[in-house]
Amino acid sequence: MARTRVQMPTEAKKGELVRIRAIAAHQMETGFRNNERGASIPRDIITAFRCTYNGVEVFRADLFPATAANPLIEFTTLATESGTLRFEWSGDNGFSAADSASITVV
Amino acid sequence: MRVLLLVLLGCLAADGAAQERKSGYEFMTPPLRAMQDDDFANPGMFAVQDGEALWKSEGCGACHAAATMKGVAARYPAVKDGRLLNLEQRINACRKAGPWPYESKELLAMTAFIANESRGMPITVSRDAKWLEEGKKLYSRREGQINLSCAQCHDERAGQKLGGSVIPQAHPTGYPIYRLEWQGMGSLQRRLRNCMSGLRAEPYAYGSEELVALEYYLMSRASGMKLETPAVRP
Repeated sequence: MARTRVQMPTEAKKGELVRIRAIAAHQMETGFRNNERGASIPRDIITAFRCTYNGVEVFRADLFPATAANPLIEFTTLATESGTLRFEWSGDNGFSAADSASITVV
Repeated sequence: MRVLLLVLLGCLAADGAAQERKSGYEFMTPPLRAMQDDDFANPGMFAVQDGEALWKSEGCGACHAAATMKGVAARYPAVKDGRLLNLEQRINACRKAGPWPYESKELLAMTAFIANESRGMPITVSRDAKWLEEGKKLYSRREGQINLSCAQCHDERAGQKLGGSVIPQAHPTGYPIYRLEWQGMGSLQRRLRNCMSGLRAEPYAYGSEELVALEYYLMSRASGMKLETPAVRP
């Protein structure tokens, strides 16, 4: 099971800029390293991150081998309406993880 | 003249050893300190969570209440029946299904979880003269093709630079650590072996008496300093 954490305010004013932080546990193996026997270690990274706000995509990122392990992604969005933000990570070897957080807009 | 020189050298060495004790944390840049202080951003907290899950799945709770683990990591390595045991070895001795290998994800996670229970508590290892003597001997013995002892960098040149990196005072206050260079968690023994291969010495094996004695000596030098597990280090 993949571990993820999401940090954002639970309440915001309408039209306010909300800071969101999302982190996923992942070794982000670049594919450029060799093991102690000299054989190459295959690439195993998260390739995409996506955030939807009540079903509407508000943020998306593509990740590449140069990204450090356990990538922390920080972004902002405008608080438009109360609801749920869903966070999805996907990557090599069928990696997939999801998290969600709800926000009340007043 | 030679006597004077020796006296001067002696003073220099004493000066080095008499520096105010500082955790590796204090040698880090502000962004790295922030990363360690913020449980959200600290990747070591993933290992602590994994350890907590293992605590439940391994059934540790049947014998130990998790709260009784408070302060345990601050007392390790400890002497038991004349043998010195570090925290990893103590966990493995307890595990009925057989020992986890060194540096396995499970052993690091469980160690991080137990050590995290003592976060903020002062290190209080015992003072067993025999093992301290053994550890100190290893700490001050020159090793490898580079022919340096631990003390020559970490006592006499602490705070100065080796390449681009600051040499810390070698106080193991936050193990197991999340090390950026490793992009993962590692034990104090991994760190010690790292230093030895840097000196082009043959590292002692994981779990060897020598490494545990070194751990014990280092922890005793850090007596009273606060545990930071899981620490972040560059």
